Amino acid sequence: MPPAVENARAAKGAAAGQAAPQAAGRIRLPAKLRNLELLLLLVACLINASAILLVQLGALKRVDFSLLYFGVALSVLVIGLHITMRIVAPNADPFILPIATVLNGLGIAEIYRIDLELHKSGWDSASVKQIAWTAIAIAIAIAVILIVRNHRFLQRYTYLFGLGAVILLLLPMIPGLGVTVYGARIWIALGPFSFQPGEIAKLALAVFFAGYLVQHRDSLSMVGRKVLGMRFPRWRDLGPILVLWAISMAVIVFQRDLGTGLLYFGLFLVMIYVATSRLSWVLLGLTLFVGGALIASQVLAYVGDRFQNWLDPFSQQVYNARGGSFQLVQGLFGIAYGGIIGTGLGEGRPATTPVAQSDYIVASLGEELGLAGLFAIFALYLLFVSRGLRIGFAGQDDFGKLLAVGLAFTLALQCFIVVGGITRVIPLTGLTTPFLAAGGSSLVANWIIVALLLRLSDTVRSQPRMVI
Amino acid sequence: MNRELKRVSFVVLAMFVTLFVSTSILTVFQADTLAADPRNQRVRQDSYLAQRGAILVAGQPIAQSVPSDDSYRYQRTYSNGPLYSSVTGFFPINGAPTGIEGALNEKLSGTSNAQFLDRVNAILTGKNPQGASVELTIDPVAQQAAYDALGDLQGAVVMLEPKTGKILAMVSKPDFDPNTLAGHDTTQVEKTYQSLLTAPGAPLKNRAIAGDLNFPGSTFKPIVFAAALGTGDFTKDSTLPDVATLPLPGTNSVVHNDNFGTCVGGGEVTITLALINSCNIPFAELGMKLGTKTIRKQAEAFGFNQSLKIPMPVTPSSYPDDYNEPQTALSAFGQASDRATPLQMAMVTAGIANGGKVMYPNLVQSIRSADLETTESFSPTVFNQATSAQTADTIASVMVDDVNRGVAGNARIDGVSVGGKTGTAENGPGQPYTLWFEGFAPADNPQYAIAVVVENGGGHGQSGVGNTVAAPIAKKVLEAVLSK
Repeated sequence: MPPAVENARAAKGAAAGQAAPQAAGRIRLPAKLRNLELLLLLVACLINASAILLVQLGALKRVDFSLLYFGVALSVLVIGLHITMRIVAPNADPFILPIATVLNGLGIAEIYRIDLELHKSGWDSASVKQIAWTAIAIAIAIAVILIVRNHRFLQRYTYLFGLGAVILLLLPMIPGLGVTVYGARIWIALGPFSFQPGEIAKLALAVFFAGYLVQHRDSLSMVGRKVLGMRFPRWRDLGPILVLWAISMAVIVFQRDLGTGLLYFGLFLVMIYVATSRLSWVLLGLTLFVGGALIASQVLAYVGDRFQNWLDPFSQQVYNARGGSFQLVQGLFGIAYGGIIGTGLGEGRPATTPVAQSDYIVASLGEELGLAGLFAIFALYLLFVSRGLRIGFAGQDDFGKLLAVGLAFTLALQCFIVVGGITRVIPLTGLTTPFLAAGGSSLVANWIIVALLLRLSDTVRSQPRMVI
Repeated sequence: MNRELKRVSFVVLAMFVTLFVSTSILTVFQADTLAADPRNQRVRQDSYLAQRGAILVAGQPIAQSVPSDDSYRYQRTYSNGPLYSSVTGFFPINGAPTGIEGALNEKLSGTSNAQFLDRVNAILTGKNPQGASVELTIDPVAQQAAYDALGDLQGAVVMLEPKTGKILAMVSKPDFDPNTLAGHDTTQVEKTYQSLLTAPGAPLKNRAIAGDLNFPGSTFKPIVFAAALGTGDFTKDSTLPDVATLPLPGTNSVVHNDNFGTCVGGGEVTITLALINSCNIPFAELGMKLGTKTIRKQAEAFGFNQSLKIPMPVTPSSYPDDYNEPQTALSAFGQASDRATPLQMAMVTAGIANGGKVMYPNLVQSIRSADLETTESFSPTVFNQATSAQTADTIASVMVDDVNRGVAGNARIDGVSVGGKTGTAENGPGQPYTLWFEGFAPADNPQYAIAVVVENGGGHGQSGVGNTVAAPIAKKVLEAVLSK
């Protein structure tokens, strides 16, 4: 063990003061967690470097080291985050960071692969942008870990986060600032940069829900009439869920973004359910949402198209239609073409599918890494989410529990909405696959989730009452 | 709160299990269906990785894949592209191949099940996998003669070997150059394809075996003749009333002969003379006497109403089963709703020339693996004994008379006895005629059976007839092959 780390642990132990010597027998030593994390991180970086090399060998038939320098730079940043945690969050979960790293790296490798297929390089290429955004996102994650020393600090600003979320959601609707891409108005453009504020709004909403529900859970769960053995809320308590429903529907109608609407509402339902343990909220919410979505599919052409594409993608008419199932079908071809073991990185034709590097990154990875690769990726997500849920289980304050569940669940739900859409479980909606898909705002948001979960897990473990 | 959390965990687990299942279904159970979809460009592009086999005529490649510098490795090229376009079809980068390229795609690309071991071998030895080559039955002399003889007319020529069913020539005009559709620039190919789709005369249609089928007109009469002899109630000397107009029962329509008079001057006419002079009225009378069912059975014995693969799918020629009496009368001289491909009429002629035995038509002589070993070779198969040998010989001799002293005189070749029958089908008021000739030679030992169709009146509107437009084309092709 490097002496510097030993010292850092000693310093932390001294700062925490009490109980550490007695608890040492029962709780895992912080340095052990960090050493495990470091080991896993090195494995993650090795996997990422191999992925990029394989892409080059597959697609270029030679090795080009220029991109590896970027990779080394990113690895240094990740190790920087790791070192930061040794100092300010030594008890944090050791799996979250390596998983985020390997997913992010696989995403970059596949985006790079698609750039090669499309003959794009330099700042024109999505991979270089993705690397830059990854650097920014990790830097922001380091900042969050450094600034948010205790998650309860966030609870103080519950309503500020709520307001922030609404403002972020409204930003793309401002003329001159918002831009419409593929029909959805969820981007803002500032000079050469574009950003999806909705991704950050997702986080602000999670914090707001956690704070709000902790305050109001009693009135939301205790009172109300019992119908058919289920306690339904009073009319006056319906306010929040109706507001949230209205916001989700507004996103669907005005920003033409079905997936984000579903994501926000799903997040809210899970958090209110966990806070109040009332299944009636979930039933009520699902009824509202399904009703709204059905009406939207009748009224809004783009939602109707999505349903049509979902139900009958192979009909020639739907396939050829504008906004038709071309992308969906090509994605299905891609995954099927990959088969069980995939074509191998750099050996497939993922760019045949439109936007293979962002919305369809999972189909691209499925094509080149096969079912085996997809299973590994899903397993990584599942592990990541389960670490988040564990923090929820072990948390000692309701705000922290709710926040951890909310953050973990948005990631799970987002994966489900994207991959479910690509594989025809549900209608296809445009959402980013966390860590994998090309897109700066999504990366920043997901790395903030990493930082918050790390912070929460450190807090949980630093209180030695319960062992997880 | 932890109880709820546990439930949420199960929901999350269920969501991921759903994804595990949905991706497994795609890659394991639906993979074959998805790979077979013609819109699957990935699979299509894969076919360029292997060197596609050649299509050969008399040992010479008419289509072959040569190495190219771009990402597709191979470029498909067609020597004499337009000449063989109706045979080879084309192999586009972003669509389904047609013609032999389409029908034998798996063999040519080396992906058929029979070639599995070759593929494994190619992987193990690190060699590029190669497709099989296809040798066709086409006779280059016949093909060239048919191509030249049709000239700029819209139509088709099919020549068969009566004893084997080998297709010796298959030309459809207007033609196209498959090289223009085999390029690797998808936008360019798509543009060419669209312009060919809308080009006058629809060059992508193979009129020899598909396209909008034509009324067979008087070329259908030998089938009715055969049906009549087949019943045993008629001989070639049976007679029918020779009148100048025949009112169709239950309608206001009347049937005329081509000359708007009687066939042989009134009274009675033998069916033999009616065939030689190609008179409509006696055949309408004969048709009504035989009944639609008897005619249909005979037509189907020659191949009507049946799907064929040569190995390209052939549009079935049709003789519908719902004719009433006046329609039956019209159908007996190839009108009503009768429709025929030139291949079908060539089969009829070939069958008559081959003692009533119709051979299954086929374009493929043999299939050779990449190392030139013949893996499959063609053996003649009988399609059907359509008539008795005696009936066939009778009709054959009448057809020879038709050329020697009847209305098919333009097919006469010095020193060779030719049998034949012309057809001039009406397509409605004001519409140009469809002109036909079917025939065989040499009559004493038929080596060649031919069918010629010229659409759009051959440019003569309603003034051309089969004998002036179609018969000379058949004559040129027959002369070319007979003087080899």
